[in-house]
This record gives sequence, C-alpha cells and structure tokens, in this order.
Amino acid sequence: MATGSMPERKRGVPEGLWLRCPQCKSTIFRKEAESRFNVCPECDYHFYVSARERIRQLLDADSFEEWFTELRSCDPLGFIDRKPYAQRLEDERAKTGMIDAAVVGRGYIRGRPVVLGVTDFAFMAGSMGSVVGEKLTRSVEEALRLKLPLIFVSGSGGGARMQEGILSLMQMAKVSAALGRYDRAGGLYISILTNPTMGGVAASFALQGDFTFAEPGALIGFAGRRTIWNTVKLELPEKFQTSEFLLQHGFIDRIIHRKDLRTEVARIIDYCEY
Amino acid sequence: MVQHRLPFEKEIYDMEELLARLESSGDGQLGRSDEIRRIRRDLANLKRMIYSNLSPWDTVLVARHPDRPQTVDYINLIFEEFVELHGDRAIGDDRAIRTGFARLGDFRVMLVGHQKGHDWKERSECLFGCAHPEGYRKALNKMRLAAKFRLPIICLIDTPGAYPGIGAEERGQAQLIATNLLEMSQLPTPIICVVIGEGGSGGALGIGIGDRVSMLEHAYYSVISPEGCAGILWRVANDETKARAAAALKMTAKDLARLGVIDDIIPEPLGGAHRDHAEMANTLKTYLMRYLRELRGLPVDELLEQRYQKFRRMGVFVEEPASAT
Ligand SMILES: [Zn+2]
Repeated sequence: MATGSMPERKRGVPEGLWLRCPQCKSTIFRKEAESRFNVCPECDYHFYVSARERIRQLLDADSFEEWFTELRSCDPLGFIDRKPYAQRLEDERAKTGMIDAAVVGRGYIRGRPVVLGVTDFAFMAGSMGSVVGEKLTRSVEEALRLKLPLIFVSGSGGGARMQEGILSLMQMAKVSAALGRYDRAGGLYISILTNPTMGGVAASFALQGDFTFAEPGALIGFAGRRTIWNTVKLELPEKFQTSEFLLQHGFIDRIIHRKDLRTEVARIIDYCEY
Repeated sequence: MVQHRLPFEKEIYDMEELLARLESSGDGQLGRSDEIRRIRRDLANLKRMIYSNLSPWDTVLVARHPDRPQTVDYINLIFEEFVELHGDRAIGDDRAIRTGFARLGDFRVMLVGHQKGHDWKERSECLFGCAHPEGYRKALNKMRLAAKFRLPIICLIDTPGAYPGIGAEERGQAQLIATNLLEMSQLPTPIICVVIGEGGSGGALGIGIGDRVSMLEHAYYSVISPEGCAGILWRVANDETKARAAAALKMTAKDLARLGVIDDIIPEPLGGAHRDHAEMANTLKTYLMRYLRELRGLPVDELLEQRYQKFRRMGVFVEEPASAT
C-alpha cells in the first residue's frame, strides 16, 4: 500500500527532441506530443504530465491561485532507507522543483470557479505524507467554505508514503473525513484518475468522488501486481487494473481523453449546477 | 497440537519445563517447595524482562502468534450474547470479517471484527483475516444498521492487510475501503476501534475510523507490512531486513501513542495475550466498557465534531514563509 523509493523510471517525458512511445514504440517529435496534451499522436498513449502542466491544461489561462505553499514535510520517524528521508525530500525538491507531491488552489474551468488539487507522480511517486494529506484536507475545507466544486487529479504509484509510517496511513482517514463533511453539505467532488493511482490514494480520496473519471490506460488499483502475483500465482487478466478494466467492472463513470477533460468537467459542473 | 514457540521465548519455555518437572516429581521433599517458589518468581521476572524489551520485530511475532486471542475468542469471553449477521447483500459472506449484535453489560452493540483463524482449516476459510471487498461492504452495511438503531459499534482489528487478489481487485477493493473511510467518519453513533493483533494498512483502516482508537500492548499498526517494506527498500525480505523495516516504520503501540495516533495502550497479561486469554479479555472488557460509558451521553453533533478533529490533527509538518517557494 505504501510506496517510497520506486525504481527511477516513468519520471515523465524524457528530455530530448525525440521520444519513444512505450505503447506503440514509434518515435515521435517531442514538440508534437506536447502540443497534443502530451498524448502520443500515433496511438493516444497518455504520457505523464507534471502538476503544473496539468493545471495549465485544465484551467483557464493564468487563473490558478496556489494555496498552502508554506507547508513542508519533516521527518517524524527519523526514517532512513538508502538515504535519510530528510535528504530524500531535499533531492526530490531539487529534481522536480516542487515542494511536495501535491499542488492545490483555486482557479477557473471555462469560467467556472473551482478548487483544484493535483498529485504529481514525479515527487516520490506522488505518495501521500502529512503535507499532501494536509493540503488536500485544507482544500476540501476551503471548497466547503466557499461552496465551490472540488476537483482532485490523482497520480500516485503506491498511495501512502512509507517514510512517514502510520502518519501517512492516517492522512487517508483525514482527507476522507473532510470529504465526508463536504459530501454531507452537498458539495460536488469530481475525481480524475491518471496513471498510476494505486494503494492508499486509490483506497481513499481518489475513489470518493461523486464522479470518477479516468484517463485512458491508467493503472488503477489497490494491491500492486507483484504482490498479487506472489499471493495467487496466477496469470493476471489482460488489461488488469487499467481504466478500461475498472470501467468494465463498474468503478468509474467515464474514461476521458486528456484533451476533453476541461470540457467534460465543465459539463458535469453545469449539470449539477454547483 | 505442537505449541507455537517464539524464538525469544526459549528461556521461558525451558524454565516452565523445569518447573513442571519439579512440581510433578518432588512430592514431600524438604526444600522443594522453596525451590518451586523461587523458580516461579524467576519465571515471572523473566517474562517481565523479555516482554518489556521486545524489539519491534518481536512485537510483530507476538501480534501474529497463532494462539493469540482473536475476535471469535473475545466474542466468547467478553460478550454475553452474539447474534451473527451474515452477508453483504451483493457478493457473499466474507469470513475474514465477522459482524453481529452483541451484549456487553448493559450495552447492546454492533460488533465488527477480523477473524484470522487458529488452525489450518479455519485459516483457509477466512484467508488469514485478509478481507475481500465484500467483507468491507458487509461491515459497512451492519454499521449503518447500528447507526439507524442507535447502537454503538465496536471494531476489533486483526489483519495482515486486505486481500491482494484478482477477484478482490475486480470487485473493487480500493473502492470499498475508500467508501468505508468516508462513511465511518460520518456515522452518527459511537465507534470504538481496538487493534487486537495485526493492524495491516488499509485493510485495518477499512474498519478503523472511530471515536476511540486503541491498541493492545503487543499489537502493531502499520502503513505497510515489514516484509513489504523490506522488499521495497532492501530488495529482499529476510530476517535482518524485516527487523530493520519493523523498527524503521515505528509500528508498535508505544510508537503510535507517541505519534498521537492512538488513545490508549491496553496492557496485556505477563508474557503476552496468548498466555492468558481470560485475563486479556477481562482487561479489554474494562476498556470497552469505559469507552462506551464515556461516549454514551454525547450529542451526535459533538461526537462527530470530536471524531473529525481527532483525525484532523494527525500528521507532522511545518509551515514556512511562502517566500521560500
Ligand atoms: Zn504511441
């Protein structure tokens, strides 16, 4: 359920003029993919996008006002794996230019005011520690206070942040309680799942939306594939734990191409008149 | 049945054997009764010494001891009556979670608890306490009933984790746990949660949102199993890395109390709950009764506000001036 130091991969679109699509294996011009929402022009494979880029794609230009940037993770457990957690945080900040794995704030989607939160896979696999939990919780509380629609875009490889131990598990409870209040007050919460949304993030806020959308081909689930394989020793079904698999089994409302997310989200807000 | 012996308990068992030999053989011999008294005292001291210095990994072994009392044992030892209520009204009846009405003194309650099983047959029936989505759905259905009829809920947590399987994923393991977290935070009736053995991650939290959350002295509660953590951090889960992971994760009752996650550490009998089910049950009952009395009179609004604030406070971070961004 928790994750931390994943193998160094999937850190987004690799640098360089050209890139290779992991799905159709074709070599594509990087600028072209970027101009198409970081989607492969050949096969529609959805590449990773950073939280900043996600916000740019989703919200009206320059409408985002970021909140709670003063929150910083610390190392309550004194956790040391291959390096101390405090050092890991420093390295991740230097590498990504982010403070932690979540960016939250308010902005507009086609003129509709919303509260938006995004978790970024590049920062410690998008895992939820105290700061991610606190930022999301505060943004739910702000959405409740301001009576605004709430949108969370999830991208997390393992969910809870192992380096913060039980405190990271409790962030699931904390955010869920805030979403519970927001729900009872009639709030509108749209959850958008991106590749990957696993473990404790999937088992909390990512699957607590009034509406659950997913990008095509995203990995979504509770247990990791290796854990499952070690338990059942069976071949895993084709498309197991993908957006398409979850749609088929009834757990998400719509699979939405990245280029259509803005329009679709705006339409849902209009239906709900919230 | 072969007794399950933990590696660090060897001296205890040796001394117990010696004591048993003396007690059975030496009738009437002068001086024998003094020796027996002395050994009994030494044995108690030895248990105290070993059990007050358990390493985190030792604690995990105690929490997993097959003779440790489980939900069904507590049902028999603590509650005057248990009316099991089966089924999730959708898929089936997950035996890894038991639910039903129970009586505890003057209180009528809804009991929800993981069951791991003691012997092989029971363990395979309830999959070692690893629940499927239907188990979490069943738990929520019964908890809603409890709220409807104004009964407090007692959740006994004892699971290595939610079941990681193909069917579990197909039927929405993450979804059902997510739903439970949200709904339990809002249920308008007192909820008391006690980790009685293993508190395995989301599978534990799935019935773990309450107004009181406590742990037995040698239980553990963690975001990830020491094996899972060791596998990620050091590639291989062996005795050395598992012990390192257990220590690093800060998963013991003492750790959780210090981190502000639990209300009480419920003391276990000398040498662990597996040595004396009756005494353990008695202590647990005392705590449950106290919690029920404390929560009984609270207006629902206040109860829910306190529950919200309880989890709202959790987490450790600092706030720096925004200029740092
Ligand atoms: Zn492609």
